Amino acid sequence: MYRYDEFDQTIVDQRVSQFRDQVARRLSGELSEDEFKPLRLMNGLYLQLHAYMLRVAIPYGTLSSRQMRRLADVARRYDKDYGHFTTRQNIQYNWPELKDVPDILLDLAEVEMHAFQTSGNCIRNVTADQFAGAAADEIEDPRIYGEIIRQWSTLHPEFSFLPRKFKIAITGSPNDRAAVKVHDIGLRMLLNDDGEPGFEVMAGGGQGRTPMIAKTVRAFLPKEHLLSYLEAILRVYNMYGRRDNMYKARIKILVHEIGIEEFSAKVEEEWAHMKGTSVDLPEEEEHRIRAHFAPPLLEVLPMYSPEFEDRKREDAAFARWARVNLFPHKTPGHAIVNLSLKPEGGVPGDATAEQMEAVADLSDQYSQGEIRVTHEQNLVLPHVKQADLYALWQSLESLGLATPNVGLVTDIISCPGMDYCSLATARSIPVAQRITERFDDIARVHDVGDLKIKISGCINACGHHHVGHIGILGVDKKGEEFYQVTLGGDASENAAIGKIVGPAFSYDDVVDAVETIVNTYVETREDGERFLDTYARLGLEPFKEKLYGTR
Amino acid sequence: MLQVVTANRLVEGDVVYLTEGGQWSERLGDACRADDKQKADALMETAEQAVAAQLVVAPYAIDVTTENGTVRALQYREQIRASGPTIRTDLGKQAAQG
Repeated sequence: MYRYDEFDQTIVDQRVSQFRDQVARRLSGELSEDEFKPLRLMNGLYLQLHAYMLRVAIPYGTLSSRQMRRLADVARRYDKDYGHFTTRQNIQYNWPELKDVPDILLDLAEVEMHAFQTSGNCIRNVTADQFAGAAADEIEDPRIYGEIIRQWSTLHPEFSFLPRKFKIAITGSPNDRAAVKVHDIGLRMLLNDDGEPGFEVMAGGGQGRTPMIAKTVRAFLPKEHLLSYLEAILRVYNMYGRRDNMYKARIKILVHEIGIEEFSAKVEEEWAHMKGTSVDLPEEEEHRIRAHFAPPLLEVLPMYSPEFEDRKREDAAFARWARVNLFPHKTPGHAIVNLSLKPEGGVPGDATAEQMEAVADLSDQYSQGEIRVTHEQNLVLPHVKQADLYALWQSLESLGLATPNVGLVTDIISCPGMDYCSLATARSIPVAQRITERFDDIARVHDVGDLKIKISGCINACGHHHVGHIGILGVDKKGEEFYQVTLGGDASENAAIGKIVGPAFSYDDVVDAVETIVNTYVETREDGERFLDTYARLGLEPFKEKLYGTR
Repeated sequence: MLQVVTANRLVEGDVVYLTEGGQWSERLGDACRADDKQKADALMETAEQAVAAQLVVAPYAIDVTTENGTVRALQYREQIRASGPTIRTDLGKQAAQG
């Protein structure tokens, strides 16, 4: 994992001192709320429905056990014993008091954490594949580049006041687990004809009120030019992006309005001017950062652990969990373990302080002290010996973190919605809870198979509803909560925006509607078809008919 | 239309309501109710003074109704704000109110 050098630490420490001073000046009246608001937002502090909310950055979703323990400690000492892991791989605390926030940031700075780039019209905290550095299908660890982007973008003077916020996601694998095509810039690592790794650079993706799939700006970028190329894109955006209308200010609107050809031409022209400048990282600096992400020294083991195979035969519940919550590790005899934060009736993404501490302990015991946060609001222990899986599973069971549902119908992404968020137009968490309660038969959940439901409580789409296989958007209709349902969205390398199936459903009816959609799929699927395959073959019609046929 | 003025305490962030005596209460039931625009404007004026005095932030007026002597926010959002997250009745004002 990356460790701060003196420059990183100094920047973070200075920011804590600055914010402590700013809070003191706010409390004394020297700063008005109008003056203070942009300063608190630069430190991840929002005012939400019930209280302040502090969003803490978890760059590229990677945490050490020490950092996770500190997050638990913050939850316990300054908040209400829990935190909420978000679709941006960050953590949010829902109840901090303003007077405590400088102390919280100081505590976080001690473990190389902060709240930079979690708000404002800057380059936001970069997100990445949660299986980085462990996945068997990976070309290269994307966190190396995530860290390079973090260092380049933090306090970048030219890009601190962009037309609008700017999100970059990166995957080192051809199988996209980071939803890169619905980001302002998506980076997908690939090999060129000579076998050299580089990036497909995509831009103009996003969700919100105008969902767009990113388009390819450059099919192959040699990786050593990553920063200069990103800088060229940001410059073009900064120059031509609209500032007159916040709803049209994201880069996706610019790319859409001028077209990808013209946009790419402008980027290439800008980039040509930058050739030979010092924007790209010197090779030795790249090596220094790369060294931090050297793969852990894992024991060389046979491909399959007999103990693991025996346990699966003996214990059906363990086998069920192993079938969906594990992912192939690049090192034989190991596995990547997904910890579900989606228990039946639970709040997607919430973890108690006790759970966070226990996960930290388990990561020390079984996973080289490393933890990941996924944009699907689960946690990951990336480096676990197969022979340890049974013992780990038993511990996770006792913590409520072993729901065998990763990637299945009850593994629902949900934004905080109107239960917490001041922007929301409807609640989203209770809809997710009710769906998990409806699908409480785990055998049925496994029979339904791969199916991603994503719920947002407003058009800003923090719950990624546009790319849910089943997407649910909460809207306000004359003071009542209604839910618009979309089908066929996809956040993977085959990214697609879901299509609205028909008129919205009431709060009471939306869970029935979801069940009708799932049942329609189960009744019409052909051998081996996943939900998305059946949808691709049949389209909206059979679902529409079942949902609205009698209306 | 009955209105009351709500805000958040600057230091703690708690949701509060402006009372008859110009104080800020955590209970909607304590809020001073304005039954015309003039009174609502006066409440907002008092609230702005509290903002200037670093007591509260982000004040605004909300529509309420009274039912059997109980004040209730009309908007669902404000009902949630007045009680706490519907998914965690152990949190927010509802926790203290049992």
